Amino acid sequence: MNYQLLFVLSFVLFVVGMIGVAMRRNVIIVLVSLELMLNAVNILFVSASKYLHTLDGQVFVIMVITIAAAEAAIALALVVRLFRTMGMVKIDDLKRLKW
Amino acid sequence: MELNVLRYIVLSPLIGFLINGIGGKRLGHRAVGLVANATVLISFLIGVYAFTVLLSMPVNERLLTDTVYTWISAGALTIDVKLMMDPLSVVMALVVSGVGFLIHVYSLGYMHEDRGYARYFSFLNLFMFSMLLLVLSSNIVLMFVGWEGVGLCSYLLIGFWYEKDSAANAGKKAFITNRIGDYGFLLGLFLLASSLASKGVLSLDFTAMAGHVALLSPAVLTVIGVLLFVGATGKSAQLPLYVWLPDAMEGPTPVSALIHAATMVTAGVYMIARMNFLYVLAPTALEVVAVVGALTALYAATIGLVQNDIKRVLAYSTISQLGYMFMGVGVGAFSAGIFHLMTHAFFKALLFLAAGSVMHALSGEQDMRKMGGLRTKIPVTYAVFLAAALAIAGIPGLSGFFSKDSILAAAYGSGHTVVWLLGFITALLTGLYIFRLMSMTFYGESRIDEHTAHHIHESPKVMTVPLIILAALSIIGGYVGVPRLLGNIFGWHDSDMFVHFLAPVFPVVPAHKMPVAVETWLMIGSIAMAVLGVFAALYVYVTKRMQPAKSAAQAVPGLYRLLLNKYYVDELYNAVIIRPLMALSRSFLWKFFDVWIVDGTVNGSAYVTEWASARLRKIQTGDFQVYVTIFLIGVFSVLAYFVLR
Repeated sequence: MNYQLLFVLSFVLFVVGMIGVAMRRNVIIVLVSLELMLNAVNILFVSASKYLHTLDGQVFVIMVITIAAAEAAIALALVVRLFRTMGMVKIDDLKRLKW
Repeated sequence: MELNVLRYIVLSPLIGFLINGIGGKRLGHRAVGLVANATVLISFLIGVYAFTVLLSMPVNERLLTDTVYTWISAGALTIDVKLMMDPLSVVMALVVSGVGFLIHVYSLGYMHEDRGYARYFSFLNLFMFSMLLLVLSSNIVLMFVGWEGVGLCSYLLIGFWYEKDSAANAGKKAFITNRIGDYGFLLGLFLLASSLASKGVLSLDFTAMAGHVALLSPAVLTVIGVLLFVGATGKSAQLPLYVWLPDAMEGPTPVSALIHAATMVTAGVYMIARMNFLYVLAPTALEVVAVVGALTALYAATIGLVQNDIKRVLAYSTISQLGYMFMGVGVGAFSAGIFHLMTHAFFKALLFLAAGSVMHALSGEQDMRKMGGLRTKIPVTYAVFLAAALAIAGIPGLSGFFSKDSILAAAYGSGHTVVWLLGFITALLTGLYIFRLMSMTFYGESRIDEHTAHHIHESPKVMTVPLIILAALSIIGGYVGVPRLLGNIFGWHDSDMFVHFLAPVFPVVPAHKMPVAVETWLMIGSIAMAVLGVFAALYVYVTKRMQPAKSAAQAVPGLYRLLLNKYYVDELYNAVIIRPLMALSRSFLWKFFDVWIVDGTVNGSAYVTEWASARLRKIQTGDFQVYVTIFLIGVFSVLAYFVLR
């Protein structure tokens, strides 16, 4: 099995997600990118678990998925509230909360 | 010998102070007066008891002690709260508590209508506590506690009528002037302690020090002696720190009698007599004491000649008489100085209390130009005033004569001719100023305005009885120390009992034997001066109705103004010390140091915080993606550091 390919895939997905979080302006896209980063890590965990012949990585993955589900639920709820109160989902318009 | 009742002499007035100080307002006049007087009477009676115990002991073992507890224990040095009573302390303790008690009784009448009745008596009791502690303490540190305590009470009682600006200011002046003197005293105390410690003597007990001061070099002893004397000039109102005493007359008159005439101001004389073992080894310091005393005696007497306020004349008279006492101890005649201290306590307390009685009769009038002819109107006050005036003038047979004469004889006999001459001239001035006061107050025609004249009345019994007792003491108080010269004439060979009684305390002064003829002429001389002063005053102020005094004032207006304005010393101190100090405080300490350094530090730290925050908060843009980017940069930097290390 080509573990190297899996590690590269994980890395690429993570970087794509990272750029998405840092650059995209739509809150929903930012959240999707965040999920992408989490799943990139999940791929890394699973493949490393297989590679190292331990189960630790797979246990972590289950935990990450659980937390990601909770996070997604809360984040989407916030996005819905955001749209209802401000009429938009542009992340750089949220600066009004500063100071 | 231990005698454990000594502590109650000191404690009794303190208890009175606590009772009247805490519960005075609720107790009512009668109880307050009873507590205050009883506690002082108890002190006096225990003092008398201790005195009889002392008399029953062999002459050279007359020392009672009472160790209460250990106060300071630092390494090898221990300082106890320990009282002692030797012939010197017993004289002081009896004078302080005895005269103090009479003044307490007098105050019952004098302060009767005052709102601060309880406050007055609690302060008076606190003063008695401090003063008795001062004279009974067995080491110099505990004595300093009493020394400061009497200063505090002096301040509190001068400013007793604090609603009056002048009284409040006089209190402050007394306190600050005393502080300057006490600074010298403290320096002397520190130098004494450290130089004794360097010789391995770790005790500040008087008896222990007496045995060891000879170890120190004469130069050190002289410096210590002069520094301690600086403290005495403050407390006992000598040149140059006397300025507070005339102003202290703002206080109630019994306070002037008790604190500023009979007891507290003599603390400096007592201190020097107590430290006699040090001063005899430092002749230069003793010389300073004698000269300052003599100059003060003459200086204050000249001012007393022209003052018009009855209490101020007496204040300058007190300064002058204190000068006599310092003259006495300064020429090495310690017992003569203490003798004068005692007789002075009698007649000066009487003069003040009688002056208080005059003011009481005249609804508070203090200006002698508005008195006159009171002889027949208040006869008791007049009679006691006359006794005191004759005593202070040094008329033979009264107490002041014996003590003043022994000081002058000692000054001449020890070769201090200049000091003697100053004292001799002062004897004339004393007769002059005191009978000027008598004439303006009691003789001649009345210059009292009609309204006041209508109310003239003799004081109540509670005031006149202490006056009469003090008058008796002023007359007979001197017979405990009749000079041997006079005693011999009447076939009384141990006539100078006072000197014998104090002899164990004081060092044997090299006998300065004078030929009998010289001593006789000295005595005749001082009698002549006193009588001359008295009759000159009576002639000028009664027979000629002040006319010669007025023309003299017109003949030398400059001198008159100089004396009337007290040599402009207050103005001089104002210009040389107070104004520059105020200017320095205002311009440097306040406008620069306080505003720029103190406020600057506080406000500056607040300003710097605010300035830095204003800049730091710019980082918080609120832009989520900037945060993320910075966070990622941070994460990668840390990773890079660990990986590439």
